[in-house]
Amino acid sequence: MSGILKIAWKLLVNDKSKFTALLVGITFAVFLMVMMMSMFSGILSRSSSSVLNISAKIWVMDPAVNNATSSIPMPDYVLSTARSINGVKYAVPLYFGGALIKLKSGAYQAATVVGLDDSTLYGRPELIEGNIDDIFAENAFFVVKDAEFKKLESPKVGTEFEINDHRGLVVGLAKVASSGLFGVPTIYTTYSRAITYIPSSRFTTSFVLIEPKSESDISFIQQQIKKLGYQALTRDQFVQKITNFYTFQTGLGMNVLLMTAISFIVGLSISGQTFYTFILENLERFGALKAIGAKGNELISMILFQASVTSLIGYGLGVGLASTFMILAKLRLPDYAAQVTYTILAFAFVMVLIIAGVSSYIGIRKVLQIQPFDIFRG
Amino acid sequence: MGKVAIKANGLVKWFGEGDTKTTAVKNASFEANFGELLYIVGPSGSGKTTLLSMISGILKPNEGAVLVEGKNLWEMKSDDIADLRLNKIGFVFQDYHLFPRLTTVENVAIPLILKKMDWNEALKVSLEYLEIVGLKDRAQLQPVKLSGGEQQRVAIARAIAGHPDILILDEPTASLDGDTGRKIVEFVKTNILNDQRCVIIVTHDSRIYEYADTIMKMEDGKIIGFERNTLTAP
Repeated sequence: MSGILKIAWKLLVNDKSKFTALLVGITFAVFLMVMMMSMFSGILSRSSSSVLNISAKIWVMDPAVNNATSSIPMPDYVLSTARSINGVKYAVPLYFGGALIKLKSGAYQAATVVGLDDSTLYGRPELIEGNIDDIFAENAFFVVKDAEFKKLESPKVGTEFEINDHRGLVVGLAKVASSGLFGVPTIYTTYSRAITYIPSSRFTTSFVLIEPKSESDISFIQQQIKKLGYQALTRDQFVQKITNFYTFQTGLGMNVLLMTAISFIVGLSISGQTFYTFILENLERFGALKAIGAKGNELISMILFQASVTSLIGYGLGVGLASTFMILAKLRLPDYAAQVTYTILAFAFVMVLIIAGVSSYIGIRKVLQIQPFDIFRG
Repeated sequence: MGKVAIKANGLVKWFGEGDTKTTAVKNASFEANFGELLYIVGPSGSGKTTLLSMISGILKPNEGAVLVEGKNLWEMKSDDIADLRLNKIGFVFQDYHLFPRLTTVENVAIPLILKKMDWNEALKVSLEYLEIVGLKDRAQLQPVKLSGGEQQRVAIARAIAGHPDILILDEPTASLDGDTGRKIVEFVKTNILNDQRCVIIVTHDSRIYEYADTIMKMEDGKIIGFERNTLTAP
């Protein structure tokens, strides 16, 4: 570190109260921004959990569908037509619906039921207990062991329950990549059992899942499905559609954006004001440095260094604090939906740089304005 | 007296325009030589500080020229003027302007650090200057823990640490009691002033006049006379 920056460092950290206030301001801002964005990211991720867990390459649906949980049943010819399109390796139906489960204790619990194609079980979850073939046994269901598992009274293989007055039997426990958004447990069964056990409308296919022969076939398949009046989306497109729905059509995105903006403004205000006071208090010293022979660019480098160091430390503390909070929250609250992504870290970093930039700009302007002559005049 | 350190030629400085125009310095010309202790004296508002600022490259005159060791100061670029201040001129400000968050030795090291000297080397050299002003044992203290006289001596150590040819002290005794003030100026005269250095002191403290080689009197922005000191300095 050059001597002039070492002076800047000592001026900064030796003023403990100001330094602490600066750090608190930036840490608080980063903490709030990271928390807000992480929760939003977690919610979005969970909102697409079904798509991510089933992991089909192409999803065919009614164009009005905006998320996996609110499917609009399609007639059987959609599946037949999909199977006849050139470039389709295979196409299978998927049932997606809700049911009320009567547990052993007599309590009722809502659950999401996923019905997998009987012949292929395409989109099946990874089993952690039980045998996959057992799904074809009478009344068989797999239960997903996620954050909502306890709501089904933590069933074991062999546990019985009632589903719409039908007997249900747990034949396996499965794990999935992501839990759902609405705190409802998920159970898997075959497509035929699902449509038998759960009352439904005239049409029963929630989605048609397509495996294309190659990536280059996807565009053609999408065009052909569109001609039927339906929509074929790749997994990423469907996730994006769900994300857009929650971000722009539920008010969730705007609210989180506002909270993030408020966090940013609070952080900027605290840090900017404190840094400005810090500069004001040292203004005469900067003037004295100028009189002694320090050049403008040296003073600018001192201020930029002070603002950058404070911001980076505050950023680290803020991210650390937010991460710790999330870890602790997840230990206590299994449903807590928050995830820190590189995008969030990068965004918070950019915001912190803006805070540092604005604070520096205010300080630099003030310091460049001070004339050594003012120091002489006292 | 040695050769000319600073030469001011017809310096004029005014502030404001129109009805608010105030001329602070009017056609000031003088020379300060190496080996000379020059006092600029006069009542408050006589233009002493403005004149001092113009000859030290801090305030640009409206008219006139300043030659520092023969170079026309105000024809230089601003960075060159800053370099000249750093390398040729040492300042002792009226209120010292020491950095309260730095230790005494770090304060003294500032001009050396601005000259790009290595941090540890600068501290080492600064200790030698603190020894000159008799404050080596105070090196690690913060300035607030020093008395007014000690702070003044730290400011002097800082001013001379950069090895300047010209040392400028602005009202060095203004916030000191008479005894301490006299000791400081006596110290400057006996330990700091030499044939390779010119010392200019702005003051209106008549108690220290006896130490001056030359006293330049100002009044109402004008230099009204020079006086060679015939008093026997201690």
